[in-house]
Amino acid sequence: MSTRLDVRKTWKLYIGGQFPRSESGRSYVVNDAKGAFLANASQASRKDARDAVKAARAAFSGWSGRTAYNRGQVVYRIAEVLEGRREQFEAELRSAEGISASKARTYVDAAVDRLVWYAGWADKIAQVTGSANAVAGPYFNHSAPEPTGVVAIVAPRGPLLGLVSVVAPVIVTGNTCVVIASEPHPLTAITLGEVMATSDLPGGVVNVLTGSVAEIAPWLASHMDVNGLDLTGVGDPELARSLEEAAAENLKRVRRPGLEDLLVGPGLDRMTRFLETKTVWHPMGL
Amino acid sequence: MPTSKNAFEFEYAPAPEARSVVDIRPSYGLFIDGEFVDGRGRSFKTISPSTEEVLAEVAEADEADVDAAVKAARRAYTRVWSRMSGAERSKYLFRIARIIQERAREFAVLESIDNGKPIRESRDIDVPLAAAHFFYYAGWADKLEYAGLGPTPQPLGVAGQVIPWNFPLLMLAWKIAPALACGNTVVLKPAETTPLTALLFAEVCQQADLPPGVVNILTGAGETGRAIVAHPDVDKVAFTGSTEVGRAIARTVAGSTKSVTLELGGKAANIVFDDAPIDQAVEGIVDGIFFNQGHVCCAGSRLLAQESVAEELLSRLKRRMATLRIGDPLDKNTDVGAINSAEQLAKIRELSDIGEAEGAGRWSPACELPSHGFWFPPTIFTGVTQAHRIAREEIFGPVLSVLTFRTPKEAVEKANNTPFGLSAGIWSDKGSRVLWMASQLRAGVVWSNTFNKFDPASPFGGYKESGYGREGGRHGLAAYLSNGAH
Amino acid sequence: MTTLKATAPSPGSTLFAQETASESALRRFLHGLPGVDQVGADQRAATLGTRSIKTTSKQQAIDLAIRMVDLTTLEGMDTPGKVRALAAKAMRPDPADPTCPATAAVCVYGDMVGVARQTLGDSGVHVAAVATAFPSGRAPMDVKLADTRDAVAAGADEIDMVIDRGAFLSGRYLQVYEEIVAIHEACARPDGTSAHLKVILETGELQTYDNVRRAGWLAMLAGGHFIKTSTGKIQPAATLPVILVMLEAVRDFRDATGQMVGVKPAGGIRSSKDAIKHLVTVNEVAGSDWLDPDWFRFGASTLLNDLLMQRTKMKTGRYSGPDYFTLD
Repeated sequence: MSTRLDVRKTWKLYIGGQFPRSESGRSYVVNDAKGAFLANASQASRKDARDAVKAARAAFSGWSGRTAYNRGQVVYRIAEVLEGRREQFEAELRSAEGISASKARTYVDAAVDRLVWYAGWADKIAQVTGSANAVAGPYFNHSAPEPTGVVAIVAPRGPLLGLVSVVAPVIVTGNTCVVIASEPHPLTAITLGEVMATSDLPGGVVNVLTGSVAEIAPWLASHMDVNGLDLTGVGDPELARSLEEAAAENLKRVRRPGLEDLLVGPGLDRMTRFLETKTVWHPMGL
Repeated sequence: MPTSKNAFEFEYAPAPEARSVVDIRPSYGLFIDGEFVDGRGRSFKTISPSTEEVLAEVAEADEADVDAAVKAARRAYTRVWSRMSGAERSKYLFRIARIIQERAREFAVLESIDNGKPIRESRDIDVPLAAAHFFYYAGWADKLEYAGLGPTPQPLGVAGQVIPWNFPLLMLAWKIAPALACGNTVVLKPAETTPLTALLFAEVCQQADLPPGVVNILTGAGETGRAIVAHPDVDKVAFTGSTEVGRAIARTVAGSTKSVTLELGGKAANIVFDDAPIDQAVEGIVDGIFFNQGHVCCAGSRLLAQESVAEELLSRLKRRMATLRIGDPLDKNTDVGAINSAEQLAKIRELSDIGEAEGAGRWSPACELPSHGFWFPPTIFTGVTQAHRIAREEIFGPVLSVLTFRTPKEAVEKANNTPFGLSAGIWSDKGSRVLWMASQLRAGVVWSNTFNKFDPASPFGGYKESGYGREGGRHGLAAYLSNGAH
Repeated sequence: MTTLKATAPSPGSTLFAQETASESALRRFLHGLPGVDQVGADQRAATLGTRSIKTTSKQQAIDLAIRMVDLTTLEGMDTPGKVRALAAKAMRPDPADPTCPATAAVCVYGDMVGVARQTLGDSGVHVAAVATAFPSGRAPMDVKLADTRDAVAAGADEIDMVIDRGAFLSGRYLQVYEEIVAIHEACARPDGTSAHLKVILETGELQTYDNVRRAGWLAMLAGGHFIKTSTGKIQPAATLPVILVMLEAVRDFRDATGQMVGVKPAGGIRSSKDAIKHLVTVNEVAGSDWLDPDWFRFGASTLLNDLLMQRTKMKTGRYSGPDYFTLD
């Protein structure tokens, strides 16, 4: 009996809608749950991070300029494509984390449903967080949320649901992002990059770096063209503190570390954290 | 310098959309409990208003049919739909939205054939907006705690919905999408002259695997509508149509526990100031009254032109009207289609004759009208005052009454001087004036430097006799939840 | 808003003498023109773009479009050889089909006019020359005048000048006006005739439609025969809404003065579909009087081959390919 040799995937980064290798040429070993060799993941460098921020910035005006309806449809499409590839993701989760088949199914279900939930917020967040304000004068005064810009995110450990839970709320409102994937389980993040690349999501809206959080995060935290910093996945409190301190240089909006129960419905916080409120006054007169 | 001696007259050759994309059955039953069943009563024919050909035979639901449908809706509500999580409901609605997008061309062609409206409008406006409404409300289904209606708003139960013939598929979407998103089940009656896209929608429900009984479609006329509204097991009534019928419904539900929302007629003022961006104002006037043959409740049917600019405005308007193409709804170059029925055509003619008799100046561009079908040329009446009947009564056709005003306050007075209050338009380059006018107009929808713009996120509905309740936006949820205003 | 009077200009005087007498009068006039709502204009242009033109109408439209092309080369690396090839193509666009009409003109830099003139002979294809320190317009006035005179002397039928956008955007309208008037005078020939003047507004730099309307009127008041959108050297070049606004301006100008002025979109029109959308817009906004190469031109280079491919497809029923048309 002959066994067919499979063609193994090369794991690269996801930047600007493309899949480049790290400019440093480095990789690091990723093992499966049993400790056996799984793959060489690309190890991102500070220059990759710099390039990712550039790509995110370049994509921002187009993505935030689209109608909310359009963004909602694109995020929904990511859910469609993910649903269509669910078996692959379930298999990756089982091998990476050693979880049972039914647990893997639960996570994939939740990840798809999380995307669907956030997709529906695109054209509603303004109705829930915005307002017409009754000021004491002849002015039409209204407040509306706007995306803050480029957000750097340290993703939590759980490679699929965790990643979706930090990325979807940031992009559905019009921000673009650079995500450092889960360091022990980076591969699924890149597969998700493939899903995003085939879902009408413009290149640069989401950029995924795999590698060392301790090495890359400081470069993003101190980057003056990054507007927001999500430290959800940072486990080390000292690292988190130093990142928040570095972020203070240009007053980034910071979300401190900590992960909620991902299987429970999220609130609005992950969206509102990276939204600005703009209030406009117009006189009303003849 | 001499004018051109050229002889190139740009004729647009006919550009017909293929009818073959849609499959019209010879006869249709009623859609009850997830299946098409024969009606127990009479049947009637639906025709194409542009050619008068018979399209299909359609069942007229009688009281027993209405009862069966309401029972099916109640069963589906109690056993399935009210127990389903919002997230699951939202997925059904997303599926429906996607299928409408997939079958967009079929829907657009069918709508134009059955209603008479130009294919460009059904293709570019009606069908995309219908899909968008389902998409929008799909996203609310699992977020009702954020709607501003309390932490746990509850659905009302079974909704009886009656819709008009002017935007058949879109009005269906405006009714069904929010109702389902909020957890209600529905019994919906399309207008008797335009049942076909609602019946095609029933197929979409089947393709989406929507649980039987969640949506029921009953074709019929006034009697069927009355039976639905009066049925004791209907918790919520939603109606779009004439103010006359709206009043009758409000009387019918008096003293009951039924919630009701009504979207009725209008006689909107489209107000043009002397500092308006004049070419776009002309477009807005044309769009306001000739879009959809003027069969629009929020049509800008009264042009209020500032006296200092009225002459200039009218001469540009007439020049623009001369480029309107009236004809075959399936021709992609048609701007103005057929009047929906012989009955409506008679009403338009009657009121237009009255306008002339009362002394207003009547003008239409020269146009050749087809020999078969129901047609009325775009028409303006000048020298109209508030005392004319054509300034007060809704004509619901491509007929514009032109009045003048001198100052902003006078414009507000005239615009508000009507029992209706659905919409209004303001044209001016001055921001503060536009906002001041908007604050003064007693109308549920105000368009500034634009007209007839609709979006699922934007609440729509009237003041005064134009009805109550809002459709669209977060506000549109209130009509279908128990902590809402109605 | 000014009410435009529809009387013809009397010989030797200008209808708008008062309005152009001083900076403040000109400013009042231009700023008193009706504003343009950008969203509304974009929407109208988009709707006009949905007109479906088929069969015989499409064939006629394509032939008309070919006859309206100003076949253009404006590169630093232009040589006599390049210009000869371009001129030959302008006279005979489709070597396989002699029934294909010639283009309206070739458009070249002033120092290439002689070569173009020689190649074109008496074929009827005009020579248009860009002048006035094209494309930037940033040069002293005597340089711009010399540029123009040289091109006219070399045999140019038409001069495509650029306005001073710096002056326009800083509100020096009278200066822009006077420059156009001076260039117009420089188009005069010893025999009393005059090269026709196209005035390039460079709408991409003007940005707002209000500016396009004002600049268009300025050019017409100053005696331009044509108003033209762009140099083609920056993005955006010609867009349908900008052409819409310009067509409204020439229509209103004729209503006020009885004079027709032509319109030329340049740059950004690559396909037959785009060209036909423009013709539809001309038809419905300004009227069929403008559907003539004397009053409407396309400044283009790659457009011509797409028109030829469409023309061939309509004749043969087959989609064509670039191998069957010349690259010059």
